[in-house]
Amino acid sequence: MRMPLSARIGLFFTAVYFGAAIFAPWIAPYGMAEIVGDVWEPISADHLLGTDSIGRDLLTRMIYGGRTTIFIATMATIISFVTGSVLGFLAATLGGWADQALSRFVDLIMSIPTLIFALVLLSVMPVDVPVLILVMGLLDATRVYRLSRAVAVDINVMDYVEAARLRGEGRAWVIFREILPNALSPLVAEMGLRFIFMVLFVSTLSFLGLGVQPPEADWGGIVKENKDGIIYGIPAALVPAFAIATLAISVNLVADWVLNRTTSLKGGRG
Amino acid sequence: MGIALKLVAQRIALSLLLLFLVSGLIFAGTQILPGDVAQSILGQSATPEALANLRRDLGLNEPALQRYISWLGNAMQGDFGTALTNGQDIISSLSGRLKNTLFLAFWAALISVPLAIFLGLVAVRYRERWPDKLISAVTLTSISIPEFLIGYVLMYFVGVKLGWAPTVSTVYADMSLGAKLQAIALPVTVLTLVVLAHMMRMTRAAILNVMQSAYVETAELKGLSMFRIIWRHAFPNAIAPVVNVVMLNLAYLVVGVVVVEVVFVYPGMGQYLVDHVSKRDVPVVQACGLVFAAVYIGLNIAADVISILSNPRLRHPK
Amino acid sequence: MSAPLLHVKDLQIGATIYPTDGPPKQIEIVKSVSFTLQKGKVLGLIGESGAGKSTIGLSAMAYGRGGVEITGGQVLLDGQDLLQKSPRGLRSVRGAQVTYVAQSAAASFNPARKIMDQVTEAAILQGKFTPAEARARAVRLFEKLGLPDPQNIGNRYPHQVSGGQLQRCMTALALCPEPDLVIFDEPTTALDVTTQIDVLVAIKAAIADTGVAALYITHDLAVVAQVSDDIMVLRMGEMVEYGPTDQIINNPQQDYTRALVSVRSIAHDEKPPSDDPILRMENITARYKGTQFDVLHDVSVDIAPGQTLAVVGESGSGKSTLARVLTGLLPARGGQITFDGETLSPDLAGRSRENLRELQMIYQMADVAMNPRQTVETIIGRPLEFYFGLRGRAKRDRVVELLDQIEMGSGFLDRYPAELSGGQKQRVCIARALAAKPKLIICDEVTSALDPLVADGILKLLLDLQARENVAYMFITHDLATVRAIADSIAVMYQGRLIRYGGKTQVLSPPFDDYTDLLLSSVPEMRLGWLEDVIANRRMESAGN
Repeated sequence: MRMPLSARIGLFFTAVYFGAAIFAPWIAPYGMAEIVGDVWEPISADHLLGTDSIGRDLLTRMIYGGRTTIFIATMATIISFVTGSVLGFLAATLGGWADQALSRFVDLIMSIPTLIFALVLLSVMPVDVPVLILVMGLLDATRVYRLSRAVAVDINVMDYVEAARLRGEGRAWVIFREILPNALSPLVAEMGLRFIFMVLFVSTLSFLGLGVQPPEADWGGIVKENKDGIIYGIPAALVPAFAIATLAISVNLVADWVLNRTTSLKGGRG
Repeated sequence: MGIALKLVAQRIALSLLLLFLVSGLIFAGTQILPGDVAQSILGQSATPEALANLRRDLGLNEPALQRYISWLGNAMQGDFGTALTNGQDIISSLSGRLKNTLFLAFWAALISVPLAIFLGLVAVRYRERWPDKLISAVTLTSISIPEFLIGYVLMYFVGVKLGWAPTVSTVYADMSLGAKLQAIALPVTVLTLVVLAHMMRMTRAAILNVMQSAYVETAELKGLSMFRIIWRHAFPNAIAPVVNVVMLNLAYLVVGVVVVEVVFVYPGMGQYLVDHVSKRDVPVVQACGLVFAAVYIGLNIAADVISILSNPRLRHPK
Repeated sequence: MSAPLLHVKDLQIGATIYPTDGPPKQIEIVKSVSFTLQKGKVLGLIGESGAGKSTIGLSAMAYGRGGVEITGGQVLLDGQDLLQKSPRGLRSVRGAQVTYVAQSAAASFNPARKIMDQVTEAAILQGKFTPAEARARAVRLFEKLGLPDPQNIGNRYPHQVSGGQLQRCMTALALCPEPDLVIFDEPTTALDVTTQIDVLVAIKAAIADTGVAALYITHDLAVVAQVSDDIMVLRMGEMVEYGPTDQIINNPQQDYTRALVSVRSIAHDEKPPSDDPILRMENITARYKGTQFDVLHDVSVDIAPGQTLAVVGESGSGKSTLARVLTGLLPARGGQITFDGETLSPDLAGRSRENLRELQMIYQMADVAMNPRQTVETIIGRPLEFYFGLRGRAKRDRVVELLDQIEMGSGFLDRYPAELSGGQKQRVCIARALAAKPKLIICDEVTSALDPLVADGILKLLLDLQARENVAYMFITHDLATVRAIADSIAVMYQGRLIRYGGKTQVLSPPFDDYTDLLLSSVPEMRLGWLEDVIANRRMESAGN
């Protein structure tokens, strides 16, 4: 099947951002914390995006910041996915009290807005990268849990799963051979959305000053560092905000395509 | 009517239970986790004596359960204690800020709800044509944009370059309504944009679902006018899902408020919370967390109750 | 002969489909169909799914569902071409001159409004009657259609009346504005057979009383033979045969029509009972988890090796529950199951792999009984691997052998379920059951989702396989025609109890108990005048009592 233009654009930009993140030390023109010019210098040949609030090269900051943002978002997505989908599948196939206990606990956590709960937790935890990843990943796992449980419960009542049980198949076969192949496509598409949410989440936390701490920076942190310039008409803070938006939109375009592609197959070959 | 009322009562009781459990969760989250409160307030370099003193002052030496019970007991009487950082009574700071936040959210809702429903109807009317496609593209984009980007873009272009609205939204208690509204023009616009696309898309889905039902086809085959089909056949069945959509998005608005308040330095709950999280002022954080959760749960329950009350099967049982 | 009420000339209907891997496509779904309908007459439109019968029916209101569009021809109602009318002009025809009765009344009534408002709405708004007149007329129609409490039933909401009653309300809705033409679109298909006959009688009487003309759309030739004057047989959007009902039923000209008329006339002679049953279910009692009521009360049945027990009943009779108890998915509360000489654990978890192998199941919906992500080879091969440890070449050869047995072939090995037709899917499910070399197969409504001709093929295949493999069947069904075709013994169930049980001939011969009598006499027969005979018989019986 041909890939639509929107998905190609999405894939291209996603690849550019990930590439820049991986090869940051080789691409970046200056050192991350190196002060190389005046405060908020305008765009020039030396500084393609100008300089920041204390005279560091903004492009360099952006490349390293993107690295941090993407790394944290990726790790948190993995934690969220592994925890959420394993528990969700287990709850769906075990049923009974285990399902009840897990589901009610998840309901409870979800009755507090995620950002608020994260702020509450971060008020007492040491704010560093592993804690951030863990808090974000575990809080978001509730959403993955809901989705994967719902998908698995739907599949679990299908006649073909019942047929496998009547044949005498064990739980491993039922989960990995009957349920998982049919649950994969919605989960993969959801993974894209969860990644976007993580990018927005970590950026928001850093923007609020509760995420990545200086001198390390991520995109949200760079917005925070440069936000005072806005009032003086200096748009440096818009650069990282714009990067966040384009990364998120690109991943969204790809996820959207994956979802459409897999649902339209209706189980055919592919 | 009996069954519906019973269900409503059940939901409300359930939400109170939920709120109770949430209070426990918030308390546990701030007290029992590693990173002792005293340690995090004073930092790693604090002397053991200073730590011990602070722990005693905070009552940390008593069992957690006992502290929770007295905290909750006081909270239920409207007493959240005093802030660690400045010793002010939390409830009096909180109530003024809560009013400001609700003021902001109220105006954002007032603009976004009718607009979203109207645009949702437009999308249904022109389904699969360009207005619908435009709306769907805008939605896809808007869920990918952080609130602070919209905030700073507006601040930069509308506030700084055009100078149409103040870039910092300072409000005082004795300001006139007009002056207040001018001050919050930009944050209200941001909040509206943040929830609009979501609400629009969900409204579209809810109405489409009703419009594609067999009973709307029946109405069409009765030769009724489009207006009557929508008004008498689709609308009564669309109320519940649309109200549900609105409530869920208002709950989302409550969270969006936090970031927007920080961007525009607006003296509301969100900024109050963020400030005190960085200062590790636990009693304030607990109080704010509980209030946010209460509003969030309240809106979700309102959505539930409305959909129960508008369900004909429950209103007119067999 | 006067000018016809409805004259459809050279009707062509197309639809736009949106394939995911290409531009939208126009396809033709009705190709050049013509017919006429006189005032007060009934025309039956009959065909299998995909024949275009509903689409043609709705064209009499110039209405296309979804992406369906009338692309050519004329629809003349009283000499006026509906296809040339303005939207406003069409609105004054719809709901006034022509009305519609949908298959699912439950979905077609607005759940938020009272029945009376909906029944009288078109009549009032189209200016046919004043509100008071319309209500009086609706009450008369409710009475005529045999609805209980005709004065007050209109004040109820749709979910407050039963399915059969709501279908009659829908008929009242269609008749209320005194239309010239009513389109009945499978009005009894969703109903139980004993309810269907009541609705059918009510519809027929109402048509006769009001002198309205009707298009009656159905897939069941025996039903349409009772109500229509003429019949048009359709297949894949084309007319196959069109003529008076008598000729179509008694003297069909086309092979396809002949096949439809003779459907389910498979002759199957009852085998003699055996003293040594393969399955014995004794005094089975069961209830669902968390409920307080038994759904099965003291049910005892036997099945002889290589024979078929048909378990018959309507929805809610407990027939499917009996199958679940047998599989162990719903352990019985009381009673005992003896299978192949040994006592079977009531619970699935307590059964040996050998028990499971010997007892296989085939489902009603073949679509969802196969994993959409597995090929036919994996689906049929898995039991071979699981029970017999077959691998590689040996497994593949056996799968091909089984595919041959179900009259498919090795060409299907790599296909996915989505690439098979309904009948092929059910055949693959049969092969999967057969792969385990079972002694008993539970067949749960295996033909009821299929078109009659396809269903016939499946039944014949099952009978062949039984003769060859000596496998016994427990055949769960609501369809008595199927029972006649396949059963050796019959168990009739009603509200969780066994009402009648024995050899086929014995069960189907008088004297009957009341319920079996009602059930048997309600099954439409492929002959003219059947409906009148049944009604006359029932009147006589009730007069005699």
